[in-house]
Parts: sequence; structure tokens; C-alpha cells
Amino acid sequence: MTRALINAPAAARGGDVIEIRTLITHPMETGFRPGADGKTLPRNIIRRFTCQYNGEIVFTAELFSAVAANPFLSFHTVASKSGVILCTWEGDNGFSQSESVNITVVG
Amino acid sequence: MDWFLSGLLLVVAATSLPATAAEPVKPELRRSGADFMGASTQAMQRDDSLNPGMLWVKDGEALWQRAPDNGARSCAGCHNAAPVSMRGVSARYPAFDAALQRPIDLAERINLCRQRHQQSPPFKFESAELLGLQTYLAFQSRGMPIAAPADPRLKPFVERGRQRFEQRMGQLDLSCAQCHDKNAGGRLGSSQIPQAHPAGYPVYRLEWQGVGSLQRRLRNCTSGVRAESFAFGAIEMVELELFLNARAQGMPVEAPGVRP
Repeated sequence: MTRALINAPAAARGGDVIEIRTLITHPMETGFRPGADGKTLPRNIIRRFTCQYNGEIVFTAELFSAVAANPFLSFHTVASKSGVILCTWEGDNGFSQSESVNITVVG
Repeated sequence: MDWFLSGLLLVVAATSLPATAAEPVKPELRRSGADFMGASTQAMQRDDSLNPGMLWVKDGEALWQRAPDNGARSCAGCHNAAPVSMRGVSARYPAFDAALQRPIDLAERINLCRQRHQQSPPFKFESAELLGLQTYLAFQSRGMPIAAPADPRLKPFVERGRQRFEQRMGQLDLSCAQCHDKNAGGRLGSSQIPQAHPAGYPVYRLEWQGVGSLQRRLRNCTSGVRAESFAFGAIEMVELELFLNARAQGMPVEAPGVRP
């Protein structure tokens, strides 16, 4: 079960700077730790995060082994038009998860 | 001679070591474990958009609605909306189960419900599913005072929990009370010793990088004093949980808490 949470204002005024906060469940296994049997656990991390606002990429991040489990990312963008904020997390073993929230922009 | 020697040993034991039965914290001086944390960890707990425990709440919410594969009703099928029907429930657990004739905690209640009403196998302790439901239910009581039931049938169990709290154990020969009553607010290594109130559980521990139950925490502590930990679901655990709840009576539920 992979869950993701996106916190963004449901409504904003045109031109406002809005904060978007995201959380996702992921073990972020570093690839350096030994397991119970002494063998190194294979790496399993999220490698890339992308946020699209009405199809336009407004924020991307690359993640590496040193990031803790269940990564939290927070960033800002400018509210331009009403529409969809779509976040995508991609990583090892073909991991890919998308979540979206709607935003209404007035004025 | 024998009685004298053993008597002497008792006197020596009683005088050379600090008293095990430390004074419990006065009700007005009780502080949540959250008060002992750094400001950034406190902020993480306070703000739902920062609190990773909310991921487990979301998980539990989905499980609450999901019917088991065997066609039985979902949790919501009987209990309807959890924010209404489950409000305050976790604040009064552990509680006495009449059929089992012993107290059970919330995890066991969820599993009993699964077995009795959904004819499904119980979830494993600390599994993602069980923790999800536990966290979701505890979340429904957030802000409500812990209301340990005044059930007379629970009395002997609470009392045994109190005794175990005050009993020295393990190679380090320490009781819970010696740290959490007598030395609460002091330091163990670099971390502050809290007063051991269970209000935030299940908590997201940064050390665990995940959510864990109060029983997991208790097992951490018992292995910390190098005692053999009680098994998950053991009656000794439930008795301790009962006592801790009685001790924290009236303190607000914080679940899902965040701890360092």
C-alpha cells in the first residue's frame, strides 16, 4: 500500500504564491544496509519527483540514498489558473505513483 | 542463621539501592512526551501536512471502507462513519472483554472484530494493516481526554500493571518507575526521559521511520534494560498499557504523535 498526501490550498487568488507540501510512504532503502541475514539489502529509493500544474512542470527533485523513509517535500509556485496539480514519484523497481489535487484560482 | 542472613541481605539491599517505588508524578505536573521534544519535532506533530502519521491514518481510512474478500461486511458496514461512531473509543482502551474474561487493547479488539464478525484471519501485530486501523481509530479520539474505564473487573489487571511498572527487571535491574517517575526530565545519554504517558500512540518515531504501537515501544524499553521482552499481545503488555492509561487519565489524546 503506497499512499501519498498532497497539501495545497483548494482556492487561491491569481498571482498568489502558494505552498505545496507532499508526503509519500516509501521505505527509501539505501542499498548500503545489511539485512537480518548479513547480506546487503538491495537499493529501493524514489529517484525523481515531478509536479505538474495544468500539464506544465513547475517543480522537480532528484532524491538519493541519504533521504529518510517517507520523504516530505515542500515547494512554492504561483497560482495562475484553476486546474490540476499533479505529483509523480518515480523510483527503483519500476516504482511510479501519481496523485493530484484540484485548485480553484479566482481573480 | 538462615533467617538472619537473608534478613541482613534484605537490609543491605534496601539501604544501598535507591527505592524502587518512586513517587508517581503529581497529576498537575504531568507532561506529555511531546513537551520533551525539540521544537521541530513538535511542529511536525502539530501540523497534519508535516505529520507522516497521517499516511497511516489515510491507510486506515481506506481499510475501514474495504470489505474483506470473503463477502463479509467492511468495518464501515456495521460501524458506519468512524469520525462519529469511533469518536472517543481509543481513549478508553484497553477495556475488559466479557467473552475472553480479560482486558484487551485496541489492536486485539480490531482483530477480534475481524475474527468474530468478518470471519477473517487476524492481522499480524505491527502489520501495515493493523497499524493503519489502529492509527485511524486513535485519530478519531484526538484531543479527547484519556478515559480509562472504571470497570471493577479491570482492577486486578491495573494493579498488576502498576506492580510491573515498579518492578526491577533485566540485566540493568531497572524498573520503569526509576526512569519515568524518579528521573523524568533527566537525561539518558543525549535524550530527555519523558514521563511515559501513552497519549500519542500509535506514534511515528523518526528512529523507526514508521508508525509503531505502544507495545512496540514497551518492548523497546524492556530490551533497553536488557530484560526479555514480553511478546506482542501478551497479558503483561496489556496490563502495563492499562496502568499507563490509568496514570495518564484525563490527558488529551495526541495520536498520531511524532517522537524522535
